[in-house]
Formats: sequence, C-alpha cells, structure tokens
Amino acid sequence: MKVAIIKYNAGNVYSVYYALKRLGVEAELTDDKAILSSADKVIFPGVGEAETTMQYLRNHQLDKLIQSLKQPVLGICLGMQLLCRHSEEGNADGLAIFPTDVLLFNPSNNEKVPHMGWNTIKPSQEPLMKGIKESDYVYFVHSYYVPVCPYTIAQTDYILPFSASLHKDNFYATQFHPEKSGKVGEQILENFLKL
Amino acid sequence: MLAKRIIPCLDIKDGQTVKGTNFINLREAGDPVELGQAYSDQGADELVYLDITASFEGRKTFTDLVKRVAAHISIPFTVGGGIHELKDVDRLLNAGADKVSINSAAIKNPQLIDEIAKHFGNQVCVVAIDAKQTPNGWKCFLNGGRVETDKELFSWAKEANERGAGEILFTSMDHDGVKTGFANEALNQLSSILSIPVIASGGAGEMVHFKDVFIKGKADAALAASVFHFGEIKISELKEYLCKEGIQIRL
Repeated sequence: MKVAIIKYNAGNVYSVYYALKRLGVEAELTDDKAILSSADKVIFPGVGEAETTMQYLRNHQLDKLIQSLKQPVLGICLGMQLLCRHSEEGNADGLAIFPTDVLLFNPSNNEKVPHMGWNTIKPSQEPLMKGIKESDYVYFVHSYYVPVCPYTIAQTDYILPFSASLHKDNFYATQFHPEKSGKVGEQILENFLKL
Repeated sequence: MLAKRIIPCLDIKDGQTVKGTNFINLREAGDPVELGQAYSDQGADELVYLDITASFEGRKTFTDLVKRVAAHISIPFTVGGGIHELKDVDRLLNAGADKVSINSAAIKNPQLIDEIAKHFGNQVCVVAIDAKQTPNGWKCFLNGGRVETDKELFSWAKEANERGAGEILFTSMDHDGVKTGFANEALNQLSSILSIPVIASGGAGEMVHFKDVFIKGKADAALAASVFHFGEIKISELKEYLCKEGIQIRL
C-alpha cells in the first residue's frame, strides 16, 4: 500500500510520517502531484495558520489537487479545517470539501483557548472510529473549531460540542492529532489505513 | 472533559538529561529518548525537552535529538532553549517537535511571539517565564535565572497572552528544586488573568503537591523533573492518586 503525506510549509508534518512508521508503513512525504494522485491513501496533516497555509497551497496548485483526490484522504487538525469552506483564522477560504465553516472558540470562565490537551471523544459507528470507546482520550491543540454538522462522526464537548472528526465521501478528518494520541491514535490511523 | 496534564521535563545538556537544584549543580539522569519513552508508557501526557544551557552559551537546540524523540514517541512534546528567530522554530517543528518554548528571546524581542503565532499558529508558541519574588514583587529572569529583568511576571504573562502565546510555562525559581510544592498563589493569579493554559513548574516533591497545584493553583498542567527522573514519584501512581482525588486525569 502506498501512503502519501502532503508536504507543505506547515510545521510538524514529520510526526505523521513517524507515527505511520511505528505502524510498519513507510509513507512518502511529498508535494509531487503525480505521486499524491496515485497513492492508495493520502494524509493532509497540519499545524499552522490557516491563511498562510492556504496561500502556500494555492501557490503550489496543491489546492486543486487535494480537491481532485478520489482515494481515502485524512485531514488532521489544520488539515481538517482547511478541508472546510471558510475559516475565521486569517479570514481564509478553504477547500470546501465539507460545506461548513471554522469558527474561533470564545474562552469561557473555566475553559481556555487554545483547547489544548487530552479530551474524550464520542465516536459514532463509523469505520474510522472502530474500536474507539467514549472514555478514550485523544490529543487536541486548536483555537478554532468546526461546529457539529451532518458530516460529524465524533464529537467532543469543550466550551460547546464540536466536531472531533468528519467524514464525507472519500474525505475523512480529525480535529485531534491521532499521530500524537498514543494507542488510541494508533488505532484510528490503522482504521484509516484499512479503509 | 479536558484532562489535567502531567508533564515530565527533561533538561538536556550535551544530549543527556540533567536536573539541577535551583538551576545549578547539574547531575545526569539518563538518555532523553529512553526516558521519554518510559514516561510515555507510564502515562505522561506530554514531554518537554529543554536545552537548558542553550541560551547562555548561544547554542542551537539539538535538532538530532528532536528527530529521535519524534520517531519514537507517540505523545506531544515541546522543545525549548536556544530559539532566537523564526528559522529556529521552523527547524525544530520540521524535526518533529509539536511546540516550541521561548523564554529569553521573547523577553528581548516580544515581537517574536507575534511572528511565531502568525506563521505557525498560537498553539505552537509556549512562552516560558522564570520568575522569582523580589522586594519589588515577582520579577522575570533571563538565561536560566542568571539575569534579572525589569519585567514583572503578571504583566509580562498577560502581554505574551495578548501577543499570541498558546501557553504560559511558569517556573517559580523560589520553588524550583526545593520540593515543597508549587507557587500556587501566583499560579492561581496567573490562571485568572490569562485566557490561555498555564503550565506550573517548580516545586513538586510529593503527590499532594500535584493535587494542590490543580485545585489551589488552578493550573492546566503540572511539570516536574527530578521527582520523576529519580523515581521518587511514579507517573502511573500519581495519576491514579489524582483520579481518586477527583481530578480529571487521563488514565
């Protein structure tokens, strides 16, 4: 199986590579369009700022490429947010795979922003969430969130219930970092590789 | 619910873990990758690797070590020490670090916080503050506590927050290494004035200190080094204890 990780200017694209390697999969980190298009699975990772990243993707024509992918694609964190229509971060227009917007958390008295650390998820009966229980913790680091929508396949409650994971057609996404979520995260990555 | 985090800190010098008492008298405590893995297995929620002598000697953090950590460990980790400009941040994130911690560089050039936040996102930027109580209140110190600055702890933390820091890592130099508990009063005040998470550092000696820092200090995370390195407190036992005490913890 060929797994490609989209290489772009975001920080920490290597952590996904390493996580897959720990699962015995040697992924290719690339911005080569032919390799990305022909891979069996594509991962769109992300730590970064939305508008800066979108500009980079547009300048390298990676925006059109991602939209054209037909194989299973997994967007992670910023990757998930950029698969949405629009983000309040940098007022950025996204790739519009998921017809929903990305909003900024309002800090509450007891709950701070960014939402940072381990939180539980409420998974639905989806292949990506196979074997994941409601008490399982995953690692989040984000200040912007996707509201619960028809494509939500896992929810987390922080300040308000939001989308921890999305699925539409061949596109999957997690707001949390499976590559940083210990054994639970490994299970989710394995589930993705089996899709 | 979001869990409170337990974060072992590994102070690195020449590729090895060290821990000093009040920032001096370093003694060795093992291989950083092996130690990090062991902590992860015990249930540590994150790791921090600090190149503690970097800012003093002007050295860059150990990118190779960061790569090894990223390859082996499946929980998040922060790297600090020797970060002066965006290029340093880029290099460390590309080596596999999840966050960077800046301390002296932020005090000397506060604009760096804005730049990191803009380029990499707020969550990447941990602003570490070493502070000590002086006759003029809590003052921030540079270079591992060697140089006093005119910055006051609370106003500086607030400024860092507003500039785009993702977290504040506050080390009380008065409490660091002496194992009598965290600076809960100052932490509580920090937590109430900031909109971002606060990591408490300095003073952990017994399990009850962690309970106190979460309840009295209102910290979001607690960081410690020697009590973990020398096996005085096992992270797995600490987390079971905190859970029994009613604190939200990932077991």
